[in-house]
Amino acid sequence: MADFNSALWSIVIAAVTVVSILALLWFTWSQAAGRRPTAGQKVETMGHTWDGDLAEFNNPLPKWWLNLFYITLVWGLGYLIAYPGLGAFKGMLGWSAQNQYDAEVAKADATYGPLFDKYKAVPVEQLVNDQEALTVGKRLFATYCTQCHGSDAGGARGFPNLTDNDWLWGGTPETIEQTILNGRQGAMPAWVAVIGEDGVKNVASYVEHLAGRQVDAATVEAGQKVFSTTCIACHGPEGKGNALMGAPNLTDDVWLYGGSHERIAESITKGRNGHMPAHREFLGEAKVHLLSAYVYSFAKGNAPAQ
Amino acid sequence: MTETYNYKVVRQFAIMTVVWGIVGMLVGVIIAAQMAWPALNFDIPYLTFGRLRPLHTNAVIFAFGGCALFAGSYYIVQRTCHTRLISDGLAAFTFWGWQAIIVAAAVTLPLGITTSKEYAELEWPIDIAIAVVWVAYAVVFFGTIAKRRVKHIYVANWFFAAFIITIAVLHIVNNIELPVSLTKSYSVYAGVQDAMVQWWYGHNAVGFFLTAGFLGLMYYFIPKLAERPVYSYRLSIVHFWSLVFTYIWAGPHHLHYTALPNWAQSLGMVMSVILLAPSWGGMINGVMTLSGAWHKLRSDPVLRFIIVAVSFYGMSTFEGPMMSIKTVNALSHYTDWTIGHVHSGALGWVGFMSLGCIYYLLPRLYGREIYSLKLVELHFWTSTIGIVLYITAMWVAGVMQGLMWRAVNADGTLTYSFIESVAATHPFYIIRFLGGALYLAGTLVMGYNLWRTCSGNKPVVAEIPMPALAH
Repeated sequence: MADFNSALWSIVIAAVTVVSILALLWFTWSQAAGRRPTAGQKVETMGHTWDGDLAEFNNPLPKWWLNLFYITLVWGLGYLIAYPGLGAFKGMLGWSAQNQYDAEVAKADATYGPLFDKYKAVPVEQLVNDQEALTVGKRLFATYCTQCHGSDAGGARGFPNLTDNDWLWGGTPETIEQTILNGRQGAMPAWVAVIGEDGVKNVASYVEHLAGRQVDAATVEAGQKVFSTTCIACHGPEGKGNALMGAPNLTDDVWLYGGSHERIAESITKGRNGHMPAHREFLGEAKVHLLSAYVYSFAKGNAPAQ
Repeated sequence: MTETYNYKVVRQFAIMTVVWGIVGMLVGVIIAAQMAWPALNFDIPYLTFGRLRPLHTNAVIFAFGGCALFAGSYYIVQRTCHTRLISDGLAAFTFWGWQAIIVAAAVTLPLGITTSKEYAELEWPIDIAIAVVWVAYAVVFFGTIAKRRVKHIYVANWFFAAFIITIAVLHIVNNIELPVSLTKSYSVYAGVQDAMVQWWYGHNAVGFFLTAGFLGLMYYFIPKLAERPVYSYRLSIVHFWSLVFTYIWAGPHHLHYTALPNWAQSLGMVMSVILLAPSWGGMINGVMTLSGAWHKLRSDPVLRFIIVAVSFYGMSTFEGPMMSIKTVNALSHYTDWTIGHVHSGALGWVGFMSLGCIYYLLPRLYGREIYSLKLVELHFWTSTIGIVLYITAMWVAGVMQGLMWRAVNADGTLTYSFIESVAATHPFYIIRFLGGALYLAGTLVMGYNLWRTCSGNKPVVAEIPMPALAH
């Protein structure tokens, strides 16, 4: 009923549908009946001519074609009795797309649920040595994670590399699992309005200096001044970052949004917003647990899938 | 002074059919190559797949197919009504208007100006221009019918009439939109209703533009080339009315397993299956008209184009109802099977019908025999092989994708990641590109052949013969 804003609409649509199909049946029937020439009788043209030589025979409707038409029409009526299709009438079989989906999910949960649940109680440190668990984890990763992190888990600009043992939010089994379960929101504010364009340039140079590059000493000094008032709250006095808020370590020369001077300056100017979606509702805790083990295994020497 | 037919507008549309055919197919070949080798967009926004793909579909459907329909219907309505078009000025307006619309599409689509509705991408100022030109077309067509010199309206004209009226309704209703600037508008419909209106339009663009209109061409050219009467007047009546009546319901099969209510999905599917017999009625009438004149297929490659077109019509209109069945659709939807299905209709039915129609018209409009029947043969075989490569590649790719996406391991996880299905499709994208390139090559041969046929010749001025008396 929810599809219609009044019972009248439902009735009108159902009636129009039934009348239409019956009308097609009647129309075809009326044109088929009693007009077949007897065997050997010659078919006449209609007696009209266009454009010199265009004319029309009036052969009867082919029997097999008529039967095909009747069968589809009758089948159509039958289908609309069995399945939802006549207004709000739900059909004799009680089928709906939602029912079908729910039934399939319930069946899958019953079949596969125990397979996943048996891993749930096993700690991640142990699972990384379980080849079977890692295989399942790898398959889950290929379906749910590769769109952002890549099929080699190597990441892309804005999407962390998971194989370099450099962690924004911490690389313990627990923090990895929290990241996947609840998602993460990494927010770097835009600073250009506060520190000005020169400030951005200087800080960017200072950040390069932190990463161990050779940069002009005067710029570094100017940049450090800004850094110590503006950036240390998140990235720390030494620029080593803070996993509690996902602030990256700036000294390790690993760059989520690119490490050139221009890219660093862009990150400072415009800010960044990193979003890792939560998977608790979507995948359930057991699958996330296996995924955590698979991701954690990279640091233990397990090569990611290609 | 004796009255003559207006061949000028027919000639103009016929020539532009070939020109836009080559352009539209070329863009198709380019985007097919991009699917196989994505670097071919050269990181230039105007050449990206997302912008060129609507350019391809609009060019082949509305420019190539549209010009063929204008040319064919203007020629046929005059010859079967034994009268000149009601207005030369309005007919010329439809020609220049339609060309201007095509050029506007070719400029705006690569610029990324789009409503994002499939086959209705053009923005509101162009939509208005289409509506104006279309109304002028209707005036010319129905005005000519009204002043006909024969009592009975020939069957081809019923199909043109249905095509012209329904396309006007579909185009206007689907493109009701609120402009926010000269180049941007928003549909007045929201959410699933917008999707339903869009696919009501989309499927009936196929049903009336690409089916009813081209059946009109078929009903003239097959009896003309076969020199035989149409097989069955009665069948033409029954399949005409059942076709136009049933097609209009079939749109929801594009939205199976979506937010569209269950009842609308089922209804769309039922009507799509019922549509099989009405569709085949046209095929039977076409093919059976030829019975008794089969030998002509050996000697007349133009007739062969048209008969192969009808065969592809029969195949596509069997495949379509089958794909509309939910269980089949669950496998085929979102895969390249859909692309294969569309192209067996587009390259086979619409393409070959248009090409056959132009091969018929242009030599007659210039009073010459075709320059080389051998080259028509070459065109026929090159393009036929192209179609076969194209559609078999997409069938195999589509079924493979559908099976790969639903394959699960013993633990319930998906066997293949999406990218693995893309990698597995790569060889088929190359075959599809080759098929498309062959089809285009055939059309280029046609362009050359018709150039040699027509260039340097004076257009024919044809006097209108007295209609034969009914007996």
